This record gives sequence, C-alpha cells and structure tokens, in this order.
Amino acid sequence: MKHFGIGFALATFALLAALPLTTSGSSQDKPAKTEEDGKWAEADGTPTYNITADGKVDWYTYSGFRRYHSECHVCHGPEGEGSTYAPGLIGSMKTMKYMEFMEVVAGGRTITRPDKTSVMPALGDNANVMCYLDDIYVYLKARTDGALPRGSRPERAVEKPETAIQHEKTCIGS
Amino acid sequence: MRKLIQSAALLTTVAFPVQALANPDVIKQTSNPDQWAIQTGDYANTRYSKLDQINRDNVKNLKVAWTFSTGVLRGHEGAPLVIGNTMYVHTPFPNIVYALDLNQDGKILWKYEPKQDPSVIPVMCCDTVHRGVAYADGMIFLHQADTTVVALDAKTGKEIWKAVNGDPKKGETNTATVLPVKDKVIVGISGAEFGVRGHVTAYDMKTGKQLWRAFSTGPDSEMMIDPEKTMSLGKPVGKDSSLKTWTGDQWKIGGGSSWGWYSYDPETNLFFYGTANPSTWNPVQRASADGKPIDQKWTMSIFARDADTGVAKWAYQMTPFDEWDYDGVNEMILADIPVGGQPRKALVHFDRNGLGYTLDRVTGELLVAQKYDPKVNWTTGVVMDKNSPQYGRPQVVPAMSTFQTGQDKNTKGVCPAALGAKDQQPAAYSPRTGLFYVPTNHVCMDYEPFRVSYTAGQPYVGATLSMYPAPGSHGGMGNFIAWDAGQGKIAWSVPEQFSVWSGALATAGGVVFYGTLEGYLKAVDEKDGKELFKFKTPSGIIGNVMTYTHNGKQQVAVLSGIGGWAGIGLAAGLTNPTDGLGAVGGYAGLRDYTALGGVLTVFTLP
Repeated sequence: MKHFGIGFALATFALLAALPLTTSGSSQDKPAKTEEDGKWAEADGTPTYNITADGKVDWYTYSGFRRYHSECHVCHGPEGEGSTYAPGLIGSMKTMKYMEFMEVVAGGRTITRPDKTSVMPALGDNANVMCYLDDIYVYLKARTDGALPRGSRPERAVEKPETAIQHEKTCIGS
Repeated sequence: MRKLIQSAALLTTVAFPVQALANPDVIKQTSNPDQWAIQTGDYANTRYSKLDQINRDNVKNLKVAWTFSTGVLRGHEGAPLVIGNTMYVHTPFPNIVYALDLNQDGKILWKYEPKQDPSVIPVMCCDTVHRGVAYADGMIFLHQADTTVVALDAKTGKEIWKAVNGDPKKGETNTATVLPVKDKVIVGISGAEFGVRGHVTAYDMKTGKQLWRAFSTGPDSEMMIDPEKTMSLGKPVGKDSSLKTWTGDQWKIGGGSSWGWYSYDPETNLFFYGTANPSTWNPVQRASADGKPIDQKWTMSIFARDADTGVAKWAYQMTPFDEWDYDGVNEMILADIPVGGQPRKALVHFDRNGLGYTLDRVTGELLVAQKYDPKVNWTTGVVMDKNSPQYGRPQVVPAMSTFQTGQDKNTKGVCPAALGAKDQQPAAYSPRTGLFYVPTNHVCMDYEPFRVSYTAGQPYVGATLSMYPAPGSHGGMGNFIAWDAGQGKIAWSVPEQFSVWSGALATAGGVVFYGTLEGYLKAVDEKDGKELFKFKTPSGIIGNVMTYTHNGKQQVAVLSGIGGWAGIGLAAGLTNPTDGLGAVGGYAGLRDYTALGGVLTVFTLP
C-alpha cells in the first residue's frame, strides 16, 4: 500500500507556494490560462478546466467528473449539488481557494452543531482521491463557475492523454 | 428398543409444535396482530396484518391521532415497534431509541442514545440511515452504525449487554435491523463500497457472546459451507466454490455484505438473507487472470442457513460477476403459494437486478425468475432448463455489459439503475389475494467503470453513474406494483413520480399502505391499486408502514424523514428539469416537494 498522507499533501503545498502567486483583483483583465500536455492552469498555477466551443471538456475535468462521482457524490450529491447530509460543493467552492480545498480533502474536518454533526473524512490516504485531486478540483470549479451546466454528463474533447495514463500507473498502481 | 426410540422421536415431534423451535417469545409477540414486534412484522417477512378495522370503505376517514418528532434530520428508514402499550422508535445516526407510552399520547418513558464516534458517518455509504430495532424476551436489540450490538431492557432502556461486530476504520458499519431467533441474535454488516468482506454473525441473546460467523466469500470453512451438503440449483456446491471464482485474494476485499432483511422459517429452522455486490464496481478489475468474467461467489446470492449452526443449506447466486451494483440483499418473503399448479413452500425475492425470483425455500430450487419492471434490459432472462450448462444464470445483453464495453468507457441506457428496480424498501404479501405488493424504482443509468485502488476504510467504488427516469415510459421514477409470484407476472401497476422508497403494509381490511418520497402516506385497494386515501406527512417517506391496536382501535404509523440513497440521488434532482430526456413532470427535484425532518405520524379512524 502506498502512502498518500500528509507527505503528499505537504509536497503539493510546497510546490504551490513556490509558484508566483498573483492574486485576482490586481488586474481587471483575467490573465490567460496555459496548457501543458492537455492540463490547464491559471496564470498563478492553479489548475483549471477548459471547455471547447461545442461544450466538450478537457480530459482532467472529465476525470474529475468520474472520480467525484465515485468518491464524493455519496455524501455531496450528484454534480456537487449537495445531499440531505452534506453541503453542496458548488456553493462552498465559490469562496474556497485551491489550498483550502486540498487541506480539507486531505485532512478532513468536523463541524458540530446542535442539530447535527458533520464529518468530512480525511482522504489523504485515499489514492482514488489524492491521485486525482486536481481533476476533482477543476471539475468542481467548472460546476461552480456555471461553465458546466447541471444535468448533462460532460463529454470529453480528447481521450486520456499519455501523461494521464502514466500518472495513473505510477500514482495508483496497476 | 429401537422401535421405542423411534416412536419417542415421533412423539417428540408431535408433542412440540414447530413454534417451540423458534424463539417462543418472538412467535408469541408477532402472532398478536395488536402489536408489531420485529421490523418485518413476522418471521416470514410478509408485512401483513390481520387487523381489519380500517377497511376499503372507511380508510378515507383516517385522521392523524398524534405525531412525534425524533429530533434527527437524516433519512428515516425502518419502522417503530409496538409491544403492549409501549412504542419503540429508533432514529438514524446517532441511533437514538425512544420508548413511548401509548397511554399518554407518546410520552417519553425512556431515551437511549449511544455514544458513537462521529467518524463513522462518512464511512457509511448513502446516508446514515438505520432500519430499526427488534424485540424479544423483554429486550430491545439495537445494532448501531458503528457495529456495536446492544441489548436494552425494554422496560427501562438500561444496557444489558454489548458486543462489537465490526470495525468502522475498515469501512465496516451497520444500517440493518437484527433477527432474534431462538437463543440468538443474528446480525449482518455493511460496507461493500469500502471493500469489506461480508459476513453474518450470531450472538447469544442472553449474554452477547459471539457464537459463530459465516463469511460471504473465502474458504469453505469460513463461509460455513459444506462442499458436499450445501446445495445450489440441485447440486452440491463442491470444494472451494468461492475461492475458485475470484482472482488471487480479491475475495478478502470482495464485498458481499449482508445489510438487508432476514427471514426465518421455524419449520425448517432455516434463515434467509441476501449478499451484496462484489467490490469494486469496476468489473474489469475483478476479471479472471485471463480477462474473463468470473462469478465472485457468493456475492449477489441468496443464502439459506441453519439458525442453530449457521451452516449453509443452500445458496443461489442471482447475478454472477456483477457489472452494475445489483446488490442481492433485498428481503426474502416466505409464503406458501401455488406455482405451476402445485402448492409450494416458496421464498419470493425482488432483486435489485429487476428480476422477481420464486424459489422452493426448503431445497433452493429455482421456480420462477421474471422481470418485475418491463424496462429491465441488461438481461434477456434466466435459463430455466435444468439440462443447460447455463441453468439458473441470467443471460447478459452485450450492449448493456459494462465489462464488455470496458474500463474508461460509458455504457449507456442500462435498466435498472444501480439503485435497482427495487432497493431495500420491503414488499408485503397478502394471503387474502395471494399477491405481493412491491415498491419499485423506475430508473435507468449510464455506467462508466474505471481503475481504483484499495485503502482500508476508504471508498472502493470505481465507477461513475448517471441516473434518469426510465425512458419511453410514464416519466416518473417509480411504480407501486402487485406481483403474482407463482406466475411471475405484474397484476397491476400504479405509476409514481418518484421512486417508491417506503416499505409496504398489507392488511386484512383489504387496504395496502405505502409512503412516497414527496411525503404522502397512501392507501390503495388490494384488488386494483385504486387510491383510497392519502395524507402529506411533514417530510418524504423512506420508512416502512406498520399497524397496531391501541385501546381497541387500529392505528397506522409511519416515519417520515427524507434521506438515504433517495436523498443523495433524488434530493438534488436526477437530471436538469429542462434537459432533453423528453418525459413530462417527473424530473423536478425532490427539494421542491419536501425538506428534512424525522417525524412519526400515527393515524386512526375518528
């Protein structure tokens, strides 16, 4: 069994911290996003989605859609809409930044209220989540931004890129 | 001398009626129609009541007698129990049990709230539902979410004993009720979405000591299977029937959990239950070493086991090599009905895979296997020719095979969806009509499997699904049907806008009751399904309807409280109301109809 715990998460944070962080608001024009081997990122390095004019999504957004509905949707509902006992992520992702998203997913959190206790489990050990964390993030971001409408299964514009195949092999094992 | 022993044996058989074999108290309590002593109403799981004060003519006059808020918001499955003048009401996590005084409009006599680690919550697939407590010998038995089994003094709510059945850190949890039989309490386990290895376990009713445990997968001894004596489709199962049908040691994380309803037949001393899906949901990862489908026994199976020893008498696998998450855990209803003109001691089971099965419960012989939703399309049917090598096996339609379509590919239009043509919501059987009254889902899906890795205590799913109302039908997501299990035919079918996720109740008054996800308690005519009464309760109903008598008057009670799988899949709406699937009405989200809240509503005639 591989270890995907705090080490993995910290390494990712460190990598992120090393990137030049340009906060939004410093410029009125949204800086252009970039693409590398089919993976898209904002100018500040935050992963993001790409949707073609005919509504098809990049591989990683598609992958995020799949992993979300395998790992997350039993609590957070179909397409991030929420369920009877866990919040809709398309709401919380409006304010949650990439770093906090990673922290909560890897480390979990518990919220206790008089009427109920909500528990987000720590998924830092879960390869099915941690190997696809960026994918899930960009999928939810696309849902949050309204770029990916409700009720339609996203269509992939491209098949699984070689980089993704290799990443899956090394990260999740075969 | 020999002759003497023989006649003594004969005398014994005659002198002690079959009831003496079972737990006499459960038999006594459940045979009194004024009470409701175990979740399933009786050992046979008929959910039929002999009470007839409320009938087809006067049911329209039903009024709410009193209500009770459980104080918990999550999905409320199961039903209250009534023993004498006390009602026992359970809740979803944190699994509170209330004893209510029926002589004082439900005044709380005692309340038991177990202390459970909330980290169990996210390890529970599909909401923190609970399907209720059971009563026997002056005790209330609760199998908590964290798998602690506890016996409470029914009078005081004090703990008598506790046992721990599983480990939530490995994804082992519980949502089911328990089966009290003889001197034992028999319990199951949940967690096939977390790669647990399913099992059924017996505890001593007086002390809580573990007596035996039978796994669903693995070596014969651990499954309590006798290779020569345990039968399947008329033949001994043979050595290593499970190990031979798995690749490597995948059976160790192979699912086959046992979270459904259990029935018991005092005559044969057998108890019956179903096993859940194999883990993961990605069939490609479960294929044989040379990439072919293999059965993964005994997931997706009906088991008949001896209630004393736990040893399996027979087993039947409904969906070998599952590719759709068609858990086999739904209830096994025991009824003596005519099949092909012959009276049979039958077991009737409405499987998630959309087939209604009738078997001989004594031998496990397969008698009937027919679709109970005409939209079921993953199979052309089950081979009934005993001479065929495919005997008893469903024939898979290649276009609907998520395995043949393959990993990273989307298989479209599979009916039923993973929640099944019916989930755990139990059907009822009325000996008056000989019909089974079945709450169903009318939902289809797209299913895309992909690679996952196993980590203890983490989801082990490996597929993504889109679900939508069955295309080319009435547009709704459910039906309430009457089923002739002798012939394998639908007698009548009432369309519902949403899946019917509530257990049915049949009564001697000729009225059949069920609840809807919008929150209606409905009463229909046993003959044709004609609606006779409905009342909108405070929240959607996923609980089971029950009935009892208090002060000489028949009462009908049901728990409201939307949630469960229905809460996940339906609360947000399955699909966009404006999308192009083309049917009318049924798509709007359930959230437009109801909101959370656990409430008990009790009805009676004025």
